[in-house]
Amino acid sequence: MIAFLKRYEGLWLFVHSPAAMVAALVAVLIMIGAVFAPWIALVNPYDLSSFSLFDGLLPPVWQDGANPKYLLGTDDQGRDMISSILYGARLSLVIGIAALTIAAVLGVGLGLAAGYYGGRFDAIVMRIADVQLALPAILTALLIDGIARGILPAAMQQDLRVAVLTLAIALSLWVNFARTARASTFVQMNKEYVQAAIMMGQRPSRVMFVHILPNILGPLLVIMTVDLASAILLEATLSFLGIGLPADSPSLGTLIRIGMQFLLSGEWWILWIPTLFLVALVVSINILGDFLRDVFNPRLR
Amino acid sequence: MLTIKDLAVKFPSRFGDVTAIADVDMTIKPGEIHGLVGESGAGKSTVGAAVIGLLAAPGYVANGKLSLGDTDLRKLTPEQAHEIRGDRISMIFQDPQTSLNPLMTIEDQLIETIQAHSDVSETAARTRAVDLLEEIGIKNAAERIKAYPHQFSGGMRQRVVIALAICTDPELIIADEPTTALDVAVQSQVLDLIRRLARDRQIAFMLITHDIGVIAQIADRVTVMRNGRVMETGETPQVLGAPTHPYTQALMDAVPPLDHRIARFRVPEEDTAGVVTGNAAEKWLLEGQQYALTGLTLQDICVRFAGPRTSLFRKPEPYVALKDVNLEVRPGSIMGLVGESGSGKSTLAKAITGLITPSSGTMHLGDDILPDGKARSRHHPSRQLVQMVFQDPYSSLNSRHRIGAILTEPLWFYGFVQDAKERERLAAAMLELVGMAPDAVDKYPHQFSGGQRQRIAVARALLARPRFLICDEPTSALDVSIQAEILNLLKDLQAMFGLTILFISHNLAVVRQMADDTAVLRNGVIEEMSATEDLFARPKADYTQKLLALTPVMPREWQSEAVTG
Repeated sequence: MIAFLKRYEGLWLFVHSPAAMVAALVAVLIMIGAVFAPWIALVNPYDLSSFSLFDGLLPPVWQDGANPKYLLGTDDQGRDMISSILYGARLSLVIGIAALTIAAVLGVGLGLAAGYYGGRFDAIVMRIADVQLALPAILTALLIDGIARGILPAAMQQDLRVAVLTLAIALSLWVNFARTARASTFVQMNKEYVQAAIMMGQRPSRVMFVHILPNILGPLLVIMTVDLASAILLEATLSFLGIGLPADSPSLGTLIRIGMQFLLSGEWWILWIPTLFLVALVVSINILGDFLRDVFNPRLR
Repeated sequence: MLTIKDLAVKFPSRFGDVTAIADVDMTIKPGEIHGLVGESGAGKSTVGAAVIGLLAAPGYVANGKLSLGDTDLRKLTPEQAHEIRGDRISMIFQDPQTSLNPLMTIEDQLIETIQAHSDVSETAARTRAVDLLEEIGIKNAAERIKAYPHQFSGGMRQRVVIALAICTDPELIIADEPTTALDVAVQSQVLDLIRRLARDRQIAFMLITHDIGVIAQIADRVTVMRNGRVMETGETPQVLGAPTHPYTQALMDAVPPLDHRIARFRVPEEDTAGVVTGNAAEKWLLEGQQYALTGLTLQDICVRFAGPRTSLFRKPEPYVALKDVNLEVRPGSIMGLVGESGSGKSTLAKAITGLITPSSGTMHLGDDILPDGKARSRHHPSRQLVQMVFQDPYSSLNSRHRIGAILTEPLWFYGFVQDAKERERLAAAMLELVGMAPDAVDKYPHQFSGGQRQRIAVARALLARPRFLICDEPTSALDVSIQAEILNLLKDLQAMFGLTILFISHNLAVVRQMADDTAVLRNGVIEEMSATEDLFARPKADYTQKLLALTPVMPREWQSEAVTG
């Protein structure tokens, strides 16, 4: 047992960190709920025939006038809050993970190459990254949204909203990956195993992806978790501001925007429940990210 | 006078307390230099840290008596212990780069320390600081004291650290590897200074080091440690000259002598057994000798790096790392290359392997021209014929790859063996040849010690069927007994496969044991090159003579007899 724990240091730290365990539990529950939303949810919020306006604005079960069928109440359209949230989280996670994947592939690829080749290539990539950093994510999203509206036929625009949103988020996140990958690659380039591989005459792509990449995965994994939270938040912000997804296919951000209208009208649950849900998701992912950073950085232990 | 009796230090861990040192006895009289020697992990630094009360948390003194004069060091409150540190006990650290504050002038650091321990005015403290610097041999002290640490050279910086240590007139100074980061010339000055301070000021020194040469040169008494226990203690001539403990004996056997050459190091049997097995690998290597012995010739090699830019509009002055280097490594011989840090030894190795492009000069491998770094294609035959064993075995193996993957890479990369199973078999046989268990192929580098990793690195180089091997300080990161094993291994392999080796080292004694010819490099220029025995017996260049004179040596009569054969 002791030998086993010694071997899996990370696991030992995990079972001794209540915060990490609670965070993992929350994140996993939310993700399971999101993935299986079509089977768990009471109604399909995208299907107008599955809910009725007569059920509109019902409060959660612990308040008077609630319908026990809708545990957390309904919104003004009569959509079950739980169903909306599960479908919304599903959409938010899909966009977040897709954006993160694009950002990671783009960022790690460019960062590795910049660190490996150095010189002019490095300078060009990093200046582009600096420019990207100077643009707020919302501006990037507006820009891409504008371009998409300009060049895509109107019929396609609705279908491609998710893609546009994903691309906008990915573009504002790749810089983190590129910078971290480049800095870690610089460190590895001075290691003698890399020099040995170069001396042998191995292809640059093999040196980068077979030799260097596995050695810089630690910090990149940490960035991935932290940036997943950012991506979800960014999507929520954009949707909240109306640049993101429309009301008929609500993500978490769209739900919060809808709820804003009811902030002062007594139907608090329409705003607060999706908001708390978003906060719980983002906070637990961030705690997991912090925990991973501790595991990968022996100096902080 | 420092008295240590039955000292034990433990480190609690979640798997129970780990005993770092136990049953350590030692006394150090005023004016005595007491050497504490042992290999890495022996617990020498832990003894020093326990005495000064700076054990790394959560370590604690579990047992024993620690006293300085009449003061019981274990009974002190934290405040009292703080008072004693710096006042009665001082410390000199290994690395003078990091033990001085780079943002404070030497003056401020000295005055701060003096005023922290005695109630004197700033002017008085400054006068004392200047006197101290004069005493430890810094000329123009009144002026130089205004400088920042980076304006001093490494040796000067270590002197300043020593000045800081003695500025409060301590009774005891703990010097933890004080000369390990220094070149021999500077090392000898620092050692002279320590000896003078012990004699003139009657300071007791605890000199912690892994270098037996240093101990032999200045320590009055010596304690040999291993795995947290004292193996042997006594007068230096007696312990080193006539060791009674088998460990001390083995340690002395492993120290390369500077003044004569021995055929092989005598090492404990269990580690040499491996060399005779690994027949499959041996056979494979021998059948791959399609080339004859391969020498290397360097003609007028110059390497320049871009220097620091001083003006936006002018081209930066180039920094010359190697200047007109001519070197001829005879086929089948070992060429030793010695020099202090910054002399361009590693730059030369990188130029040969193509990692650096020389600005002028030509290289020949055997009879063929060896193209410069950038002009050398990835498929050039030299990529296979020239292999390298690096200095740091902790960074030369990819920690995320299995040993099997590391060793089979050259086999498939150079297209030697097509069948994956056969590659694994050959890798395992090669491990046996370099003296390791063949089941290591399934493990990862972190599961091995430095010496074992260096063996794996040698095995990787051999699996490329090289004809020319560059060893860049292959043993300087290793303990002396491991160094002896690796040097023996390299000698055996060289004899077995007729390799030509360029052996780079800062350690003259090691080069004397290994090399047929030796070249001395200084500031990018070859000062002297001749047959090793000639060079050591009759050095011609002033610089070589100086290097030889300054390297700490043991008196001949202390040395163990050479193993003949």
